[in-house]
Amino acid sequence: MDRAAIIGVGMTKIEKNKVRETFADMAWEAVNKALNDAGMTIDDIDNVVTASSDFWDGRTISCMAVGDASGAAHKNVSCVEGDGAYGALYGMARCLSGSYKTTLVTGHSKGSEGVSSLITNAAFDPIYERALGMDMVTACAMQARSYMHRTGTTPEQLALVSVKNHGNALKNPLAQLPLQITVQDVLTSAMIADPLHKLDCSPVSDGCAAVIIAHESVAEQFRQKPVWIRGVSFCADSFFFGDRDLSRARALAEAAKQAYAQAGIKEPQKEIDVVELHDAFTYQELLWLEEMGLASEATAGKLLEKGEFDLDGRLPVNASGGLLSGHPVIAAGLYSLASVVRQIRGDAGGFQARKAKTGLAHGVNGLAGQSHCVFILDRDK
Amino acid sequence: MSQFPDIEPMVYHSKINVPYRWWAGNTASRFYAALRDEKIIMGTKCPACGRVFVPPRKACPTCFTENMQWVELSDEGCVLSFTVARRQFAAIPKNRKTPVIWGLIKLDGADTALLHYIDEIAPENVTIGMRVRAVFAATRTGAIQDIAHFQPIK
Amino acid sequence: MAKRVAIVGTGQTFHTSHRPDVNGQELINEAVVRALQDADLRMQDIDAVVIGNMDHFEGINYGDCWSVDGSGGTMKPIIKLTTGGTTGCTVAIGGYHLVGSGLFDRVLMIGWEKNSESDTSGAITTAFDPVWDRLVFAGAISGLAAEAHAYMARYGATDRDAARVSVRDRKHALNNPHAHLRRAVTLEQVLASPMLADPIHLLDVCPRSDGACAVIMAGEDVAEKICPQPDWIWGTANRHSYSYLGDADYGRLTSMREGSQELWKKAGIKEPRKELDVIELYQPYSFGGLIWIEDMGLVGPGEAPRYIWDGNTDMGGELPINPSGGVISCNPIGATGLIRCAEAALQVMGKAGDRQVPDVKLAFSSGFGGCWWTDMILHGRKKPQ
Repeated sequence: MDRAAIIGVGMTKIEKNKVRETFADMAWEAVNKALNDAGMTIDDIDNVVTASSDFWDGRTISCMAVGDASGAAHKNVSCVEGDGAYGALYGMARCLSGSYKTTLVTGHSKGSEGVSSLITNAAFDPIYERALGMDMVTACAMQARSYMHRTGTTPEQLALVSVKNHGNALKNPLAQLPLQITVQDVLTSAMIADPLHKLDCSPVSDGCAAVIIAHESVAEQFRQKPVWIRGVSFCADSFFFGDRDLSRARALAEAAKQAYAQAGIKEPQKEIDVVELHDAFTYQELLWLEEMGLASEATAGKLLEKGEFDLDGRLPVNASGGLLSGHPVIAAGLYSLASVVRQIRGDAGGFQARKAKTGLAHGVNGLAGQSHCVFILDRDK
Repeated sequence: MSQFPDIEPMVYHSKINVPYRWWAGNTASRFYAALRDEKIIMGTKCPACGRVFVPPRKACPTCFTENMQWVELSDEGCVLSFTVARRQFAAIPKNRKTPVIWGLIKLDGADTALLHYIDEIAPENVTIGMRVRAVFAATRTGAIQDIAHFQPIK
Repeated sequence: MAKRVAIVGTGQTFHTSHRPDVNGQELINEAVVRALQDADLRMQDIDAVVIGNMDHFEGINYGDCWSVDGSGGTMKPIIKLTTGGTTGCTVAIGGYHLVGSGLFDRVLMIGWEKNSESDTSGAITTAFDPVWDRLVFAGAISGLAAEAHAYMARYGATDRDAARVSVRDRKHALNNPHAHLRRAVTLEQVLASPMLADPIHLLDVCPRSDGACAVIMAGEDVAEKICPQPDWIWGTANRHSYSYLGDADYGRLTSMREGSQELWKKAGIKEPRKELDVIELYQPYSFGGLIWIEDMGLVGPGEAPRYIWDGNTDMGGELPINPSGGVISCNPIGATGLIRCAEAALQVMGKAGDRQVPDVKLAFSSGFGGCWWTDMILHGRKKPQ
């Protein structure tokens, strides 16, 4: 199979409420940043993939809002409804299928414009579940409880994820919530849904990110050294929580396994240098690390306490501050990808990891991590 | 990003009003008729792999075969996981006030768990593994609330 | 190396006004099982699933995640593509790229809709900008009526010309057991049917249907082992030209013109009218069947009515359009574009039964929706160069 690389990234600042901006305004900003980053004009873009959610945008055919601003009016264009990482995956496929050499991928949402509880409640089955009134927060709280029960992970260990990530955000000017907090601060913040406190949860934010993907035959023609996609895979678990082992994420384990295999990675704990994963809630960082094989069974909490996942630790996780520090739904996976790209380029500024040759970026769809997408990026092809 | 710093940003408020009626389908209809009329919780069993599903399925998701057999399940089971809402989230039905407890209940006889409320117990006392029993609503209409909640078994 | 891609199997439900006997994922399952049977494959053989519908018609968020029981997607890669009415075609194009990239050998594409569950107009209205367009837009019909009037004013066509298109498609549907509406209509009946939005009568437009369609695509390394005469994808193109209703050039479908010009160039087609053998056109209303075949380059501007009155697009004519009965006979929106693709595939594969056009070497299928958007696919019997 041919290779593809990410050759440009652009992100808006993640904010609580971009009251002066429409979806198109955000896309315009992110796309232009990505084009400048790559040293390209919109004419160098062969086709476009946007990522958005009709529910989050309150708009059926939500891609219509950003098509023009993404330069797609006279180009081939498609839309992925789901996390931006899936958009990037499809954008990559479009570079490799022989039709196009470069794909611009964007992803956006404005959490400030909707009622997230109602929007995520709509993901529950209308016949058997929806009327019970759960949403993404209570669903993830249930999973957190399940994970903690199985592994013995403690509330303090969850809280430490929040302390680390909000602290990391102090070095990321794009983050919404850089905070200097302690474990106590997290544990004494209001209990939202047991066992998740307020500071265990990401905010629901506004933001848009764009990445430019290129086929290997043109990837080196632009401003940046290409960051190569060495592996990518995605996988979805069963839908009903009662069909799944909620304390695990077998779909993530499968996606990671396939992605590692494609990238030729035999010992991920040794070979992955930096990770940006989907930490919508603190427990998720620990659970996903274990399911991805980056921490052995039930050890992520202890490794975190030892400082292994700090910026200057063995394996920096969410050095950017992660979603806990700012969570534009849908765009999230593209922010993760963009952050890893910057790490690998040596361009992450204040949150640059010491060693960053091979990175992992991650996106999630559905309730309580039903579906996962894993990218392995590398400085080398 | 603001080109117009002196202009007050306008915000329009609106609600999308798209009413729905979801067809339950024959499989779900049978489940709900049994709940409503007989206070019985039913599942379906795959003839190939033998797994018993609740909510019931028309076709086995793993084997992709139909001809599922209907089985009556116990109204008792154990709690696999749970959570407690402390905030009155917008999705919570208006007649339920926090704290609201949801649990995943594995009924005896089923291989999958059912999502529902747990009640008649203080949130602090709910544990994974505890045994619970369905409490049926006095007035039943063929909906998931025909089970009012699950109560702890003493 | 990019791979060439072929359709190796298709499946559809028997589309109808409403299906109270199944929920959405059970409906999907019917189409999937049929497609697997058609290709003689099992779910274990499928490497990835691409699925689409229009969210606000079913009111289910993350519908790709919700429907895994029916789609067979449990523990498989699943991705959702959605672009309004063009969704079905977008989904087919998505599968084409996923297979063509070499990432997957066999991909299952699914388009579905249970229109009976929602207020279609209410949902469609939310497609448009909430600040500028939504308050004055009264559902799909109003925009189509504006297009029809603009075309009529420019070229002197009449509603009678459009009615001839309805008569054609509704007659074709009699040959298609999957079509929702299977009763012929006369010119007089079309023109006498209630006026919805001048000049569009009830019998000029599509119904609302519940239905699902599934298509399996495979890469060239495996396609011919699965199916000795598969349907090769020669190329795809699309344009989502406009975002605001007022931007569009009413009376001409810019997206069809730009997209088809790109497609003909890529495929080396010089005279589509001569070289295409059959067209499955996403034509939600009759006037579209006049306007858009001109934009496709079959005939010149204003010439479509004459071309159609002469019987050229009927079964047995020079270039049959919508042997399946088209969208006017059947419209489960998220599936409809994929049904066009499946029907074109059946034509190329020689599996179209009573609606088979003889000796199909090249077929065209399209999707339409959004703000005057068009997606399109060129299908061929021979493996492309």
